[in-house]
Amino acid sequence: MSSAVTNQGISPTRAAWRRLIRSRLNVWALGFLVVLVLLCALGPFFSPYDQAQQDLNLKAAGASASHWLGTDPLGRDMLTRILHGGRVSLEVGLLATAVASIIGVVYGMVAGLAGGRADAVMMRVVDILFAFPFVNFVILLMVIVGREFWLIFVAIGAVEWLTMARVVRGQVLALKNLEFIIAARASGAGFWHIAWKHLLPNVMGPVIIYASLTVPGVMLLEAALSFLGLGIQPPDASWGVLIQEGASSMETYPWLLLYPGLFFSATLLALNTLGDGLRDAFDPKSMAQHG
Amino acid sequence: MIRFLISRIVQGVFVIAMVLTIAFALSNMIPGGPFVKERNASPEAVAAQRAYYGVDKPWYEQLRLHFVHYATLDLPESYHYKGRGVDEIIASGFPVSAAVGIPALLIALALGLPIGAFAALRPNTLEDRGSTLAASLGICMPSMVLGPVLALVFGLKLRWFNASGWFDSADWVLPALTLGIIYTAYITRLTRGSLRETLAQEFIRTARAKGAGETSVVFLHAMKLAILPVLNYLGPIAATLLTGSFIVETIYQLPGLGQFFVTAAINKDHSLAIAISVFYAALIVVFNIVVDILQAMLNPRIRLHA
Repeated sequence: MSSAVTNQGISPTRAAWRRLIRSRLNVWALGFLVVLVLLCALGPFFSPYDQAQQDLNLKAAGASASHWLGTDPLGRDMLTRILHGGRVSLEVGLLATAVASIIGVVYGMVAGLAGGRADAVMMRVVDILFAFPFVNFVILLMVIVGREFWLIFVAIGAVEWLTMARVVRGQVLALKNLEFIIAARASGAGFWHIAWKHLLPNVMGPVIIYASLTVPGVMLLEAALSFLGLGIQPPDASWGVLIQEGASSMETYPWLLLYPGLFFSATLLALNTLGDGLRDAFDPKSMAQHG
Repeated sequence: MIRFLISRIVQGVFVIAMVLTIAFALSNMIPGGPFVKERNASPEAVAAQRAYYGVDKPWYEQLRLHFVHYATLDLPESYHYKGRGVDEIIASGFPVSAAVGIPALLIALALGLPIGAFAALRPNTLEDRGSTLAASLGICMPSMVLGPVLALVFGLKLRWFNASGWFDSADWVLPALTLGIIYTAYITRLTRGSLRETLAQEFIRTARAKGAGETSVVFLHAMKLAILPVLNYLGPIAATLLTGSFIVETIYQLPGLGQFFVTAAINKDHSLAIAISVFYAALIVVFNIVVDILQAMLNPRIRLHA
């Protein structure tokens, strides 16, 4: 313990943050994501082009000074489209993960706190749901809701909460017989008060870790749906849409597949690296397993 | 064991009934409904068709009919491929999906297990870092990028294989590679993590202490336990691979179950969409039971209980 030297302990979150940035790989991943988010959020405002603006004189042109990543067969600026598509993909990834996390946290917390028969039934339901062919359901859902952008992340979020529920319930079971919870209960705190004030702050670590590992999975699902023509609809763009358009003309214009593919893969790599890094940082024991 | 099997089969039947109900409900929420947009069809002909397929009945009657169909294993006709039973269509699509999925699974196991074990035995060496990085790259290479790239390089440029379609006896190679590479990455990571954790346990130290050779320690003692998470992962994955990846079958234009499902959903071919969902659920149920039994055989601490 170095607290004797510094005369001041550091909070677990701070210690985890220090462990996280000790790895250069994690710093790179974090830096990449920050830059990417800024580019996707602000880039389209600075671009001289609109993502759907066509220049039919250009058709599909390679990279040039005025179009840094070239243009697609309709003469649309690729860089603008990739940044716009990135914004859509990241939005879906984050919002769907938020939906999944909220459902999973509430479900897991209620099951863990209630305990006994209610817990057994609720976890059995999760076991059973795991055997469901969810991608089939999501595909049917997308055919139902059609072009509604906001329903995509509700649909994806509604099926991605199962593991989160298990994680949170496990945490709650480990916490709920600790003294501070018993003390809270003895002083008359109700079910929701305990859940909200005492348990939630203590399960946030695992929730953040698991959520960060959910984001790339959700983005892949969105891209898959868009690739199948069921997600984001052209002329709007997400990376799934751009990759699909690129794949359909890759023989003549390979860069139309290459650039969005590279952006997508690099983002997934950064998100996965950061997710693993967070898990190791919050749970030093798992270092042996993954480090 | 028998009690375990019976309870799991009962639970499986329940899952399948739920999947049937949900797939039915979702299909019927698709706007428009079947037979509404038939071209050049008189209202009488449409009505006759709706009566023939039973979709003019109230929803609970339709759902009951579906249950009767599945309970008696006399599956309904497809709404879209007129005159063909859904079982006939599944029987034509499943071999295509399996011809891609089985080699993909074998590739993933044949590469993922040894690479993962190799990395776990040399922690933090260059070989370990290299294979871990390769696995991370594999996970981040989505099939909708990897598939077209392989089709472009080996299909359109080198002309070793057809870039798409299901005509030649070698048409399974590229789609199987696409799927196999991605799952290799997952299995490598799982094997590495799990084997490292197992090797740190006490029974391994005991085995070494009593003089067991390194090969025997790794393969007889550690691998037996380390493979459990991989098995756990393989259950649902095997079902996914066998029923066809929606993306890969779309990229390579394969007439497999995944393609049939997507077109059924879009074409409002409810009976086929429901049937494929049910088939998929049944496979997941079967694989999960097999995985549970295998796990109990490998790990004496796991008991099968209802």
